[in-house]
Amino acid sequence: MKVSNSPWLLHYDGSSCNGCDIEVLACLTPVYDVERFGVINTGNPKHADIFLITGGINTQNKAVVEQIYSQMPSPKVVVAVGICACNGGIFKECYNILGGVDTVIPVDIYVPGCAARPQAIIDGVVKAVALLDEKKKKRDQKKAQGGSGNA
Amino acid sequence: MSTRSIVPFGPQHPVLPEPIHLDLVLEDEKVVEAVPSIGFVHRGLEKLVEKKDFQEYVYVAERICGICSFMHGMGYCEAVEHIMGIEIPPRAKYLRTIWCEMSRIHSHMLWLGLLADAFGFESLFMQSWRIREKILDMFEYSTGGRVIFSVNKIGGQRKDMDGDMLKQFMEVLSGIEAETKVIAKTFLGDKAVNSRLRGVGFLTKQQAHDLGAVGPFMRASGIALDNRKLGYAAYPDIDFEPVTSEIGDCYARCDVRIREIFQSIDIIRQAAAKIPEGEVAVPVKGLPDGEYMMRVEQPRGEAIYYVKANGTKFLDRVRVRTPTFANLPGMLETLKGCDFADVPILILTIDPCISCTER
Repeated sequence: MKVSNSPWLLHYDGSSCNGCDIEVLACLTPVYDVERFGVINTGNPKHADIFLITGGINTQNKAVVEQIYSQMPSPKVVVAVGICACNGGIFKECYNILGGVDTVIPVDIYVPGCAARPQAIIDGVVKAVALLDEKKKKRDQKKAQGGSGNA
Repeated sequence: MSTRSIVPFGPQHPVLPEPIHLDLVLEDEKVVEAVPSIGFVHRGLEKLVEKKDFQEYVYVAERICGICSFMHGMGYCEAVEHIMGIEIPPRAKYLRTIWCEMSRIHSHMLWLGLLADAFGFESLFMQSWRIREKILDMFEYSTGGRVIFSVNKIGGQRKDMDGDMLKQFMEVLSGIEAETKVIAKTFLGDKAVNSRLRGVGFLTKQQAHDLGAVGPFMRASGIALDNRKLGYAAYPDIDFEPVTSEIGDCYARCDVRIREIFQSIDIIRQAAAKIPEGEVAVPVKGLPDGEYMMRVEQPRGEAIYYVKANGTKFLDRVRVRTPTFANLPGMLETLKGCDFADVPILILTIDPCISCTER
């Protein structure tokens, strides 16, 4: 796979049970090491290209997720990690769970699993990297045609 | 005159993977007060007991928190077993002890890594997590899962460990012990690390007692209390003493957790040497009726499971009191008067687990 640049990743814990969170962190550490794809973890939404969310959406964190998403520059890719982020999972029936991440922001890549395995998360991130490249190309084409350039 | 300013910390913050929000009231560089607001991870899973029957709920209980998932499942199962008067086979008790201590090692390793990350020691973070992966491999080999195991059930365990597996685990543990000794030297002896940890965030023995602190946070202030001494699982047959320190600062908390890793390795060795042959589960007949309060020592401290059953397959109530919740008043006390730059380290030294606090 050939990628044009190194995408940065922002991780936010929606309402996950920590299982997927620690697996996301495990991806960054020696055994799995996503840095070999040029991906690094950043804490600043304005630096991030990939938004990685674990856990479902509840009434408290809805605004936080929307805000982080709106602060990220375009083009951006959203990866929902774990079954709770995909559709609410085991907590779907809980009174405070609105559902998966796609109830508030558009999700590009779904990584199912409880907890999602590091291999699956890396696969999702690699797909996100490719998608990001595609989105960038589309934006550049639009720009060349005289559009606004917002993908 | 110094000016007061309020700095928001979280809910999305680089130092903590989990969302908690603190309003830090600063006077110049010193924190005067910290006002927490929680609830970002609240799902309301205690109420799920009304929709899932008491045997299914084990899976929900495991997902209260992915770090101590085994202990959450076990605590709930033991509570229901007490209500139903089920005596689980001795081998199952030993298996629970072994998996519990493995959870403790992996949780403390995770914490050591996050602490190193909080004071900016990237390679130490990577080393701690590299060692932790070996424990996760042991988990995967014995249960099939890395963080969520689903080996607990009411009446015993779903899986067994054979002799070969245990022998292999002993070898892996020796390796982990040797490697932990190396990183422990850096955590406890390195000058730069010491300057960040020593003398920061004191909690006196009296304060720890009054504010109801639990777990390593309390033991680092000199109170020798450990729920494993209550004698659940196979702990009555195991020889161990609570790890304590008299100092009460961040260094002491780091020291206590590192010594607990070695203690856990020792407990697993004792359990593996003594484990009896036999069944790992007994069949469960009937429905629970009554109530029980189970206390379990998790990596972060005391967790309480209150279960009330009504004689049907749906329980009336499950209530969990988690260690981080008990430690929050102590944490807010230590935050008062600390330097702004020390805030992430102080928050980390209680080993916050927001997911189980808010459920």
